[in-house]
Amino acid sequence: MSNETGPAPNTAATMESFQPRSQAREDPAWVRWLLVGTTYLVIGVLVAVPLVHVFQQAFSAGIAGYFRNLCDRDTLHAIFLTLMVSPVAVAMNVVFGLAAAWAIARFQFPGRTVLISLIDLPMSISPVVAGLVFMLVLGLQSPVGQWLRDHGWQIIFAPPGLVLATAFITFPLVARELVPLLEAEGVDEEMAALSLGASGWQMFWRVTLPNLRWGLLYGIILCNARAMGEFGAVHVVSGRISGQTDTLPLRVEKLFQEYDNPGAFAAASVLTLVAILTLIGKSVLERKVHKG
Amino acid sequence: MRTITRRVLPGFGLSLGYTVTYLSLLVLIPLAACILRATNLTLEEFVGAAWSPRARAAYWLTFECAFWAAVINLVLGMVVAWTLVRYRFPLKTLFDALVDVPLALPTAVTGLVYANLYVKDGWLGQFLSPLGLEVAYTRLGIVLVLVFTGFPFVVRSVQPVLAELDADEEEASAVMGASRWVTFRHVIFPHLLPPLLSGFTLAFARGVGEYGSVVFISSNIPFKTEIAAVLIRSRLEEFAYREAAAVAVVMLGFSFVLLTMISMVERWSQPHVK
Repeated sequence: MSNETGPAPNTAATMESFQPRSQAREDPAWVRWLLVGTTYLVIGVLVAVPLVHVFQQAFSAGIAGYFRNLCDRDTLHAIFLTLMVSPVAVAMNVVFGLAAAWAIARFQFPGRTVLISLIDLPMSISPVVAGLVFMLVLGLQSPVGQWLRDHGWQIIFAPPGLVLATAFITFPLVARELVPLLEAEGVDEEMAALSLGASGWQMFWRVTLPNLRWGLLYGIILCNARAMGEFGAVHVVSGRISGQTDTLPLRVEKLFQEYDNPGAFAAASVLTLVAILTLIGKSVLERKVHKG
Repeated sequence: MRTITRRVLPGFGLSLGYTVTYLSLLVLIPLAACILRATNLTLEEFVGAAWSPRARAAYWLTFECAFWAAVINLVLGMVVAWTLVRYRFPLKTLFDALVDVPLALPTAVTGLVYANLYVKDGWLGQFLSPLGLEVAYTRLGIVLVLVFTGFPFVVRSVQPVLAELDADEEEASAVMGASRWVTFRHVIFPHLLPPLLSGFTLAFARGVGEYGSVVFISSNIPFKTEIAAVLIRSRLEEFAYREAAAVAVVMLGFSFVLLTMISMVERWSQPHVK
């Protein structure tokens, strides 16, 4: 933002004078109004109206009606199931993320670049394909699936399958946050801890992990939001038994198909609230991570 | 430095071993098994399942909708990014934050809300149906939800580049008598091309894989509004696992191609960013 040329005094009262900037970078007023208007319209119609609509529809039968819809037995079970499945999947990916970040950011080894791109792979696979993959490997028509059934393990059409599909979809989200952070952190503190006689685990718990804490939390929040909202992959492996294997997003679809709009929107409002909280938490953490 | 730390820092074997094992168990082995399952078919069977007229129609629809949505996002994202970086206007911080909503909102919620807003007597559908525009349960609806899901990608790739842009070049261009449009076209736009392209590819890839929101707003009729992901699901519901696997392998192939394209675009645009 250079201000060498300086705005003429007579423009000082206009909108442009908020920011010191040269007139060479000013667009004509009609362009400004047109573009700002378009932005309002686009974000308004695309994002704001749908957000408002969720809550307006959810509360269309009043607050009592809202809670009655939410306390439907199957919806409550779906909330419970989502709250069970997501943390397990997130925890799996946190352990993986920490291990992957340590290996990738701290060491050079052959195949490192390949490993980095393989970690990103699940994000580019369509969720339905991901669900299908688990169906084919662990479903009853595969040898592994039959073996599992003979030993009394049910994976597909049961919570373990939901966890696997969710973990697959959210696979890179924690690692992706931690690798660049750990690379930027440098090894000085860790080397100091080691030379002072700390064991590997002591160094990890006392130095590495505390340094990563905000980035880790950031990754967990993103991963959790994605896990709770996951639809396609879970849709395939769940078998969609009401009150048993329906997660909250699946419950939304079922209520929608049953033309129970207030019920569907009540369930959707919970997911929307999670999304909004995620975005707020994300922007708070972004400031913290950037400060160091 | 690296070679020294490698010898001194502990945990290389453990962390790499765990990473590779977890990656193989959760991702690589299942993917390989899926591909193997499809190769169990003879070539004729595979082509019959993966390249049937219905499957071809589904691939085409998937790419067509994702492409148009990405094109629309290219224009909208450019305008929104420009406005957010260059102008001040009321509620700017809020609108900036709202751009991220499509990344966080579960796709099922997107589908539900959009289907409800754009039915004939819905909040927004009531204004469009007199104009002869049917959105819910049509291809237009599919494009619309894909515009929503892909929206943040172009905005968020263009925004930082636009903010870092050097003012001197623009000033020089203006001083030498170029009009604002000529300055934009020949001085600013070349810098924005790489992030625009990278945002376009990301939005397109996201659109190709999208399932949750489309399933709500589309009528999912074969040959008309059935995307590839929905076709896989219907094959599964018919217990036609091999056919489903065949279509999935084709989609996996497309994913790999897209992934390669994304990394190529990113490599090409990196020097410009730095």
